[in-house]
Amino acid sequence: MSNKKKKKLTPVQQEYHSFAKAREPRRPVLLNCILAFLAGGTICLFGQFISDFFLWNFDFTEKTAGNPTIAVLIIISVILTALGVYDHIAQWAGAGTAVPVTGFANSIASAAMEHRTEGFVLGVGGKMFKLAGSVIVFGVFSAFVVALIRTVITMLGGA
Amino acid sequence: MLQGHQTWVFPNRPAIISTATVGGPFEARGPLAEDFDILHGDLWLGQDSYEKAEKKMLEEACEIAIKKAGLKKQDVQFFLCGDLLNQIISSGFAARALGAPYLGLYGACSTAMESLALGSLIVDSRSGNNVVCGTVSHNAAAEKQYRYPTEYGAQKPPTAQWTVTGAGVAILGSGGEGPRVVAATIGRVVDMGITDPFNMGGAMAPAAVDTITAHFRDLRASPREYDLIATGDLGRVGFRIAADLLKKHGLEIPEDKFTDCGLLIYGENQQHEVLAGGSGCGCSATVAYGHILNRMKKGELKKVLIVATGALLSPLSYQQKESIPCIAHAVSIEHRP
Repeated sequence: MSNKKKKKLTPVQQEYHSFAKAREPRRPVLLNCILAFLAGGTICLFGQFISDFFLWNFDFTEKTAGNPTIAVLIIISVILTALGVYDHIAQWAGAGTAVPVTGFANSIASAAMEHRTEGFVLGVGGKMFKLAGSVIVFGVFSAFVVALIRTVITMLGGA
Repeated sequence: MLQGHQTWVFPNRPAIISTATVGGPFEARGPLAEDFDILHGDLWLGQDSYEKAEKKMLEEACEIAIKKAGLKKQDVQFFLCGDLLNQIISSGFAARALGAPYLGLYGACSTAMESLALGSLIVDSRSGNNVVCGTVSHNAAAEKQYRYPTEYGAQKPPTAQWTVTGAGVAILGSGGEGPRVVAATIGRVVDMGITDPFNMGGAMAPAAVDTITAHFRDLRASPREYDLIATGDLGRVGFRIAADLLKKHGLEIPEDKFTDCGLLIYGENQQHEVLAGGSGCGCSATVAYGHILNRMKKGELKKVLIVATGALLSPLSYQQKESIPCIAHAVSIEHRP
C-alpha cells in the first residue's frame, strides 16, 4: 500500500468499506451544528457582556474594549482547561468552543500543560504551539496575501 | 506444534499459574472493578508524568503476579512484554526492574495475546519456566502520543474508543494448578484500507475475523466447543461488523458466547465518555486476566478463546495518509479443575 499507484482500493476493500459503513453510527451532523451554534453564540454573547462592562466602567471606546475582552475570555478558557473541564464541554459543543478565541487559548494551554513533563525548553516552549502554530502561520500568510492584493488594487487606482 | 497454517497446539499445556491486573480511576467506576487486583484513584499514580505512571502500573502488576504465584523475582526465567508508547519504554523499564531475560514485543493492542502465545511456546517446548507475559496501556499517555493533548477540546465521533488505563500480567509455568493454554493462532496483518484513526473497531474487525476463521479451520474445530469467544477491543462498532462478517463467512457463533473486552470493561453510565468502547493493550489484558480467568476459576467457563486485536498504525503513518494495517492473535485457554 506504500506504493502511491497502488493506493486505489481493491474490490475486496471497497466491498468491506460499504459493508462497514452500513454498520457504523453516523456523526450527528445536524445536532452538532445546532449545539455548536448555541455554544459558540453563548460565548460571543458572554464576550459582549464583558465588552460592555469595560465600556461602561472604564475609559474604553468600542474599538479599544476588544483587547481586554479577549484577554478575559482567554484567561477563563485557560482556567477551564487547567481544571480539566474544557475538553468535556468541547465534546458536547464541538466547533462552538473550538472556533472562538477560547478554542485557540485551549489548544495552547493544553499543549503547554501536556508537555510540561519534557521540561520548559523542549516541552512547554517547544510544543505549546504544536496545534496553534499552523493557525498562526496560515493566518499571517493569508493576511499577507490579502494585503498584497489590496495594495496592488490601490496602486492601480482602485478605491 | 504447528497445526494447519498458523496455529500452535501445545501438547504440554502450559498453565497460567497466576495473573495480576491493575486499573485506573475510570476502570474503577466500571462493572469489572471487582476483578482488578489494584485500582488507582489517581491517574498519575503519584508520579510526575503519565508515562511514568504507566511504567509503575506494569511494575506493580508484575510484582503482584509473582507474589500470587508464590515465586521470587529471581525465579522468573523470561519476561515478554509490550505496550503502546514509542520504543515500548514502559516494558523496557519494567524489565529493568524485574531483571529477567526480556523480549520486547509490539503488536499494539494485540500484545496481550501475542505475549501469551509466545510465552506458551517457550514453556511448552521446555525452553523456560515461569515466563511472565504482560502488557500495559494508559489513557492519557496514549492520547498524548496518538491524538491530541489530554485537555484539548476536540470533539470525538461516535466511532471513537477510550484507551484503557490498566496493566495485565500472566505467569506461565509447566505445572501446577490453573487454567491451561491449549492453542494459539498467530494472525496475519489485514488492511482493508480504513484510514480513520477514530474508527479502530471498523479497521480491526476484518483482522479478528481472519484470525478466528483461521483458528477453527486449522484446528478443524467448531465455535460450539467454546463457552466464550472474546475479541480484544473492537468496541460497539467493530464488534457488530465482526459478528456480521463471521456470519457472512458461514461461521456462526452463538450470540451469548461471543463478546468483546472493550464492551465488558465499561458500563452504560460511562458511555458518553467511552463512546464506542474500550481499547488499548490494557483492555484485553485486564479483562482476560481478571474478569474472564476469574469466571473460569469459579467454574462458569471451561474453555475460552481470547482474540486480541491490534491496529498497527502510528501518528506519522496516519498523517502520511496511510491506511491502518491490523492484526489479531487468538489464544485458547481451558480450565478443567
